[in-house]
Parts: sequence; structure tokens; C-alpha cells
Amino acid sequence: MDWGFIFERTFSAMIGPEVVVFALAAIGLNVHFGYAGLLNFGQVGFMAAGAYGLGMTVHWMGLSFWLGIFMGIGYSVVLALILGLPTLRLRADYLGLVTIASSETIRLFVRWRGNRGRTGASEGIGEFAGAFYDINPFKTGVFYQFGPFKFLGRDLWVLVVGWSLLLLAVLVVWQLMRSPWGRALKAIREDEDAARALGKNAYALKVQALILGGVIGGVAGMLQVVQKASIQPDTFNPVITFLIWTILILGGPGRVWSPVIGSMIYWSLIVFIENVLRGLPDGARDGLESTVELSDFNIGQFRFILVGLGLVLLARYRPQGIFGSREEMALDDR
Amino acid sequence: MTDEARPTDEDHGSTAGGGGAASVRDAVFDNPIAGVFDGVEPVPGAAKSDPILVAKDVVRTFGGLTAVAVDHLEIQRGAITALIGPNGAGKTTFFNLLTGFDKPDRGDVSLGGKSINNVASYKLAKQGMVRTFQLTKALSRLTVIENMKLGATGQIGESFWRALITPLWSAQEKDVERRATELLERFNMAHMSDEFAGTMSGGQRKLIEMARALMTDPRIVMLDEPMAGVNPALTQSLLGHVKGLRSEGRTVIFVEHDMDVVRDISDWVVVMAEGAIIAEGTPDDIASNPEVIDAYLGSHHDSDLSEDEEFES
Repeated sequence: MDWGFIFERTFSAMIGPEVVVFALAAIGLNVHFGYAGLLNFGQVGFMAAGAYGLGMTVHWMGLSFWLGIFMGIGYSVVLALILGLPTLRLRADYLGLVTIASSETIRLFVRWRGNRGRTGASEGIGEFAGAFYDINPFKTGVFYQFGPFKFLGRDLWVLVVGWSLLLLAVLVVWQLMRSPWGRALKAIREDEDAARALGKNAYALKVQALILGGVIGGVAGMLQVVQKASIQPDTFNPVITFLIWTILILGGPGRVWSPVIGSMIYWSLIVFIENVLRGLPDGARDGLESTVELSDFNIGQFRFILVGLGLVLLARYRPQGIFGSREEMALDDR
Repeated sequence: MTDEARPTDEDHGSTAGGGGAASVRDAVFDNPIAGVFDGVEPVPGAAKSDPILVAKDVVRTFGGLTAVAVDHLEIQRGAITALIGPNGAGKTTFFNLLTGFDKPDRGDVSLGGKSINNVASYKLAKQGMVRTFQLTKALSRLTVIENMKLGATGQIGESFWRALITPLWSAQEKDVERRATELLERFNMAHMSDEFAGTMSGGQRKLIEMARALMTDPRIVMLDEPMAGVNPALTQSLLGHVKGLRSEGRTVIFVEHDMDVVRDISDWVVVMAEGAIIAEGTPDDIASNPEVIDAYLGSHHDSDLSEDEEFES
């Protein structure tokens, strides 16, 4: 087995584009669930809103990429208002219901044939990100190596921008959550009526939190499609939302860094397991093939099974996540 | 797990309120409104000399059930008014109507002469009315000091955009923290500042909730069963704090079942039964009112009174 190659791949995956995209989306979800106590089961809907806000501005309206970025943020804000204004006066469950339904509605709507001119329907949108790569300071086709990491110039540009956005998002959330605004938000998570009795406008604060987390999710969606240089409706399926939840729970909700660390652990595990399975000596491969029918074709599924097993063990032995405190979690039960 | 059933209540109570109970119990509270009820006739709807809160014809129905139907009630400024009544009399529903947590079908409520019909509950806190809850609402995963700081009103840093720039709110935050610490010292809880509120016992949570309410610097404090599930030592301490509120010139309304507590601290007692106010008066008036005794149908009320009489004789 070529351990050098396996670790090179794993280290690169640890800071790769997927990590950044999912960490950003999880930061948004952390604002919703970890700090405000909002049940959002449709974070992928916000990613789609950001991605299509960008893509439709360029593809359909023929305007510039940079204007598209603002439109992506605008679409995320509008989605947050549509979901939040009617439901946030009600019990927490109602937001959960509309978010899970809306994210699927968005996916089905954009892939509808009647929308071909606007959203590209099931073929999606291809050429929209040129302006982003035109200002790439690195050489597109050249490999850059630093320490254990190795990336193509094109990906390196995405990563530099992505990590900058990620650090900005972490900084904003950190600052907000140490402010009186964040304190009021956490109070609403704990008990909305108590916060209202003390003069906090719980409804307005929850709407603000939904918008903030939604915009961060929208930025994650934009980064994802810019990195792929293509927008495909079916990449915004509900499984993505639950991946984001997995990452957040792995890191521990209500902690500033946990989405980032959760995402790094999740993706490096996925890549590590896949490469180990592919690199197994022939004897071991044959053994696995004859017992659990492991083959080149189902390694992809097999690694998810192993990661799932890991999550079960995490839930059993460290339910508060990597960063969470067990003492704090136990307080929920009272 | 209910507050009452918490096994740690006793041991924690001695550290939190026990030491303070003695000092508060022995303190002498002057009554700045002594004699203010002298000319007031003890009948339902009686007019007071200086009412801060007035409810007129307030009705709330749930389907066919009339939960609250209060013709007229005036609450005297600066006094401690007890709201008593049998279970299901509508006391908590009436509380919710007064504090904006529920909307009446009809009726008018005014605070300090200004109508507060349809005013959202969070705005009432800014107008100087604050309430606590029957089931204590300590914010578990916030520390005690964070619970306290939350109570301050008019915080600049609670606006989303201004929260992003620390210098805009840091000076005010220091001031809030100083006030919070002072209040915690007064409630003998300063040594627990940095512990999660969720780790506190039932009695300590009652103390936190009352102290937190005071952070809003209220004109009128509404306490829904402040003594429920609190051990006797801590009850004394809580009673002292309630009397302290009156000394500071604040108005207190509280719902309570324990007649000893009511007789000990209240200046005026309002009795509700089946949604309506059936009697008003000083604690002595109420104790001898046959309608009140009827309403309670010889339950705890009677036994408490007889114990009192035996004790006095």
C-alpha cells in the first residue's frame, strides 16, 4: 500500500473545496440551530437560492457575474423571508416542515422543462463563472505544492477565495455571538417567552438569524457551483442538507469553529477510507470481495457505510460532538 | 423533572439563599405606602387613590368556557397586591392578559394611564412591566451572569448591525455587567456567576428569575407563584426580596396559594373564582370574608387559617 499517496490525498482533502463549501453551509445551519434553535431541514434550499441567483443573472438576464453574486445573496434573503415571516410566530416545528418542503420545491421547480430558458432545466447552467477565473492570479493548469498539500492553480484560486470567505463567516459569527445580540438569540433558543418577558423582540431576532444563516448557506452554494463551473439541479438534493447536519453534529452545535472542524474531519475520513480501500493488497481485496462483495464499483457506497458506523459510535460515546460540552448538553433534559 | 422533585434543592438552597435568608429576614422593611388603603372600601372593583394598572371589562373565553371576566380592577401604585383563588380560577390567564402574553376577547387595560391593549409583550417590558412564570424559566445553557445581563433593556448591542462593532456597545456592556453583579450580590448568588443556570436548584432558579426581572428596572413586577416549590428557608429570603421591591417604590402583583405568605407580605388581596373577582380587601378583611371561604370550599385555605389561629392563641 502506498501510504505516502493516501496521506497526500487525505491532507489535500482536509482543506479542499468540499470542506470549504460544507463548512460554510454548516456555519449557516449553526446560526439557525446551534444559536437560535431554529429547525432548518432545508439548508440545501439556501445553497440552491445562492447558486441559481448567480446562474440565472448571468445565463438568463445576461448580466455580469459580479452582479450575480449580489443577486445570489438577494435570493437567499428573499427565501429566508418567505420561509420565516409566516412560520416564526408559530412553534418551532412549522419552520422545519416548510424548510424541508421548500428545498425540494426549489429543486423540482428549477429542473422543470418550462424553465429551460431561465434555469437551464435538467441540463443546468454551464457558462457563467468565466469572470471569476479571468482574474485568477495562479496558472490554471499548473500544480502548486506546499508542505503536504498539492493543488492545481485553478483549484488553488477557489481555495484562496473560499477560505477567505470561510474565515470571514467564522469571524462574523464569533463577533455576533459574543455581542448582546447573540446573547438575546441564545436566550430565545432556551426559552422564547422568557426572552419576550424581558423585552426582547423574539420574532424579529429569529427572522434576522434565519436571514444570516441563509445568506451564509447561499454563499456556500455559489462557491460550490463556481468551483464546478456548472449548476446542476440534482446536486441540490435533500441528502446534502443531512450531510450538513452530520457535519454540524460531528463538530458540536453552538460552537464557532465546530462546522469547520466537523467538515474537515468528515471529508478527510471519506477520502482516507476510499483510498485505503482502493489501495488494499490483493489478498485483502479478494477477502473483502468474497465476504461483503466490495468491488471498484461500490467503494463509494462502502465508505459511507463505514463513516455511518463511525457516526453511530460518536453518537454513543461523544453525543455532544467534538467541541460540545457534555455538561452543557445534559442541561437540555431538565 | 419538576422543580419540586429536585433532590438537590435542600443542599443548594442553604448555600444560595440560606445565608441570605437570615440577613433578609432580620432586615426591617419600611412600608412607604402604609395607610394608603385606609379609605378604600373592601369590595370588588374598589377605586384606589393612585392606581398604576387598571383593567376594565376584560373577558377571555376558550370555546364555551369563560376563563376570565373581570369587570373592574385597580392596582395601587407602590403596593404589594396578592392575587389568590382556587385552582382554575383564571389567575394565570388574567396575568397573561395583563402582560400581553394573551389577547382578551374584549376589554381595556391601561398602565400608568396609557392604554396597553394590543401592545406586544416585549414592548411592555420596555414600559416598565416585567413578569416571571409559574414554571420557572431559567435559561439553562446561559450562565447566571448572562441570564442577568439579558434583562437590561435598551441595549445598543442588541441591534444586528451595531452588534458587529464592539466599541459601540462595550461601554454600556460594562455598565450592565456592573449592575448585574450588584444584583447578584444582593441575592447572594454572586459566587455562581459563571455557572450554567441549568445546574441550579429550583429555588435558585426562582431567585435568578426575580433578579433577572429586576435588571429591566421595572415600575411594576408581576410574579406568578414565586414561592412554588421553594424550600422554607429560601421562602423567607424570597419574601424579604419582595418586600425590598416595595421599599424601592416598585409595584408588585403576585399569584400565590400559600395563605401564610399572602398574609405576611401583601398590602391588598384580590380574590378570583371562576374567572371573576369575588372579593378585594386587606389580608384581614379577606380572611373573614365568607364568600372567599365558600369559594375555597374548605380546602387548604381553612386549614391554614385554623393553624394560624391556634398559633396566635
